[in-house]
Amino acid sequence: MTEAAVTRSGQDAPRARPGRRFSWAWIGLLPFFVFSISFLIIPTFYLVIGSFQTTTGETTLQNYADLSDPQIVEAFRASIEISLITAVIGGIFGFLLAYAVIRGGLPGPLGAALMTFSGVASNFAGVPLALAFTFTLGRLGMLTIFLKSIGFDLNDTDFTIYSKLGLEIAYLYFQFPLMVLIMAPAIAGLKAEWREASENMGASTYQYWRYIALPILMPSLLGTMILLFGNAFGAQATAYQLTGELNIVTLLVSRQISGDVLNNVNLGYAVAMGMIAVMGVTILGYIWLQRRAARWQR
Amino acid sequence: MSFLTLTGVQKHFPGGVVAVEDFDLDAVRGEFVSFLGPSGCGKTTTLRMIAGFEKPTGGTITVDGKDITYRPPNQRNVGMVFQSYALFPNMSVADNIGFGLKVRKRPKSDIDRRVGELVELMHLEGRADRFPWQLSGGQQQRVALARALAIEPQVLLLDEPLSALDAKIRIVLRKEIRSIQRQLGITTVYVTHDQEEALSLSDRVVVMSEGHIEQIGTPSEIYNFPSTAFVASFVGTLNLVNAGVIDAASGRLSIDGQEVRTSKVITDAGGDGRVTLAVRPEGISLGEGDSGSNRVHGSVEDINFLGSIVRIRIRLGDEVAGRPPTVVALDTFNEPHLALPAVGESVTISFPPEACFVLGAARDNATASAEVGAEV
Amino acid sequence: MRRTRIAWWIIFVIGALYFFVPLVATFEFSLGHPWGPGGVQPSFDYYATVLSSPDFWGSLGYSFVIGIITIVVSISLLLPTAYWVRLKVPRARPVVEFITLLPFVIPPIILVFGLLQTFSRPPLPLTNTDFGSSVLLIAAYTVLSFPYMYRAIDTGLQATDIRSLTEAAQSLGAGWTRILVVVILPNVRVAILSGAFLTLAIVIGEFTIASFLARPAFGPYLSLLGNNAAYEPAAVTIISFGLTWLAMIMIAFIGRGGRTRVAVTGAR
Repeated sequence: MTEAAVTRSGQDAPRARPGRRFSWAWIGLLPFFVFSISFLIIPTFYLVIGSFQTTTGETTLQNYADLSDPQIVEAFRASIEISLITAVIGGIFGFLLAYAVIRGGLPGPLGAALMTFSGVASNFAGVPLALAFTFTLGRLGMLTIFLKSIGFDLNDTDFTIYSKLGLEIAYLYFQFPLMVLIMAPAIAGLKAEWREASENMGASTYQYWRYIALPILMPSLLGTMILLFGNAFGAQATAYQLTGELNIVTLLVSRQISGDVLNNVNLGYAVAMGMIAVMGVTILGYIWLQRRAARWQR
Repeated sequence: MSFLTLTGVQKHFPGGVVAVEDFDLDAVRGEFVSFLGPSGCGKTTTLRMIAGFEKPTGGTITVDGKDITYRPPNQRNVGMVFQSYALFPNMSVADNIGFGLKVRKRPKSDIDRRVGELVELMHLEGRADRFPWQLSGGQQQRVALARALAIEPQVLLLDEPLSALDAKIRIVLRKEIRSIQRQLGITTVYVTHDQEEALSLSDRVVVMSEGHIEQIGTPSEIYNFPSTAFVASFVGTLNLVNAGVIDAASGRLSIDGQEVRTSKVITDAGGDGRVTLAVRPEGISLGEGDSGSNRVHGSVEDINFLGSIVRIRIRLGDEVAGRPPTVVALDTFNEPHLALPAVGESVTISFPPEACFVLGAARDNATASAEVGAEV
Repeated sequence: MRRTRIAWWIIFVIGALYFFVPLVATFEFSLGHPWGPGGVQPSFDYYATVLSSPDFWGSLGYSFVIGIITIVVSISLLLPTAYWVRLKVPRARPVVEFITLLPFVIPPIILVFGLLQTFSRPPLPLTNTDFGSSVLLIAAYTVLSFPYMYRAIDTGLQATDIRSLTEAAQSLGAGWTRILVVVILPNVRVAILSGAFLTLAIVIGEFTIASFLARPAFGPYLSLLGNNAAYEPAAVTIISFGLTWLAMIMIAFIGRGGRTRVAVTGAR
């Protein structure tokens, strides 16, 4: 039986018959697989396996049980809290910002400027970002001094940029742009005619948003916010530079790598697995919501 | 008594673009009016002004005596069917149709009943729970129409609703649209660039070009008595022949040395005594014709079968002083035992004086003749 | 209508303020913090110090070189792979795409954790040597580049009729390497360049992996500087911001007419 080959120009490969023949063509993918296995899969597996072992090499579930250590639980709780807050605030304001330049009647060039700047800002994370916020809201920061000059002494309050709250404020600097960049196409995809058709039916602006625009945008909105969550959850550099001692998951792993603070490296692996689990759920949620959103872009 | 009145409506865009100028229309209740014209003629802009999506820069629009010129679009009670359907993708067919009623806060039972009526009217039974992306183009258009009708609008507006569909569905749907419109007696404005649609559906047609109205009339008036050159050439096919005036008062002209007569006095001859004579292909016949008909001689250039019609092109003379020879097309019904001349054969063709008319001074003396309208 | 427009303007202004104030503050600090309590005169001295510092150029140069090598490795790995998947083994697509999306699920801190544990012992104790560690760094960055490099290359291939081009080249006697380098690569150059600039920007700014692998990269340099000096870090931050901006402009310039991919990896 010959292969069903469709060789119109522009068509890529012939359809392989399902199942039967081992194709030697897979060999061509060997370099990629070898690389990925060596530098991605195996290291991850090392952590996976290690999390189920004791320091002496026996198999155990104790590490996972030890995850209930209050310090570790607190780290996860704090990370989730920070990620949730920056995802929601970043999501809502990022969405409003994107809508403002795309549909809010602002002049065209402002929209292009926002997009370009968002591209830069979403990459301005890590050490430079932490430093920038130190210069802004640190003890001698520009904004701190300005506020003092108009009578509001930040240093008198409990607030310090080197805290969880400070980190949240800094994280928004890359959360907003990410939201803007990803939501912009979805907002632009809101057809003008839907608005016109709804007006034609007698709907007010509120009704348009409630019954049409928000329902259509919701999968993208939620999906992107989930992405924002994952983004913040896995962030380490900014936190390291800004807060050092804060008890969040990435810094916990970070401290584990630099020195065995948990007295048990395998417990560290279990913490890492916890992180991977959270990230995995995040990505799955994102993919599912993206599929739903794609349905309406016909 | 006019139901939908547009008086002096104009739309000027910033930058000097004049989209619509001096638009006047009186449509009576229940009338089906088409706006017909090429892209950019202003027909859609005018429709959108009636719907309220564009604000006129001058003039007034009244519906049933009330001035709605500047009323916001969500307070006009006109139903619009968009070219791209504009169905709300997150709502089912039933919810789309019922949306206008929901906005008007009608009780759920009323909404359900009305949606049911329209689903039946538009032959959408069994599809009420589907979503727009699960429907074909024709079905989506029906839903769009049902949605517009659900609110019992005073005026129904359709913006090239069938242009995205294939030819066969278009014909089926347009008949449905017309029959529903008649049944419900709704005043309707239908925008299209397809003259066949306009002529077959409308009570009256407004032919537009470059923002102006060229002519308003019944389909028959537009077709048989076009008042301007544009209308004549836009609607139907037409032979345009460069002819010389022999005697303006008696309407006698010369086409390449052969004499013909029109039924009217010639008034628009150019300075060089040449005019453009127009005659429709179906007005010309093979043979000598009745007494009193114009007769001209020529040879058969080619024959095209168009299905129910056969179009024969006849060359009326030879090349004269650098000008190509005059060629006219005549249409005749395709019958099983049609006796057709052979290509190259000499023939006589005839047309009555009433079938031809002068369109104006000849604009281009280098062209002897041209065929405008549906090309073959 | 005008009332709602004002609301959007307000939102825009708030956003603009939030984005610009930290930049202004950083710039002000880089001039010596003239608005601070010391009341000094603004000066570009700190820029001069930084730009004449061997550590600055050393670390920037190192990161730049690492970045270029990463790009080369990434393209060398992903272009043939994407090409092969499209041409010969479409059934491998889900597996390959899954692998290229894994870096989203495994944040840099976890990746470096795993890499350190795996490669700090036999059979491949790469972390024992500088060279080995740099190799590890390049490998890690290549992994990090997977999601959007693969996507960029794949999109570029999709727009090219690789089947016909390949067959034409084969009929003229070309072997696989030649086909890839001479026939396919030039056609996807634009798509690749965007991904390349993005990778470069991310590599230069990266901190987590570089610091744990103890590499003399730009990220760790800035971090150390930030802990030890007052105003020079601000100057470096401004320079770093400028470099990122440059990379983005290059991407926008190259990727005109297409949507550019957003990076969700890199330093966070």
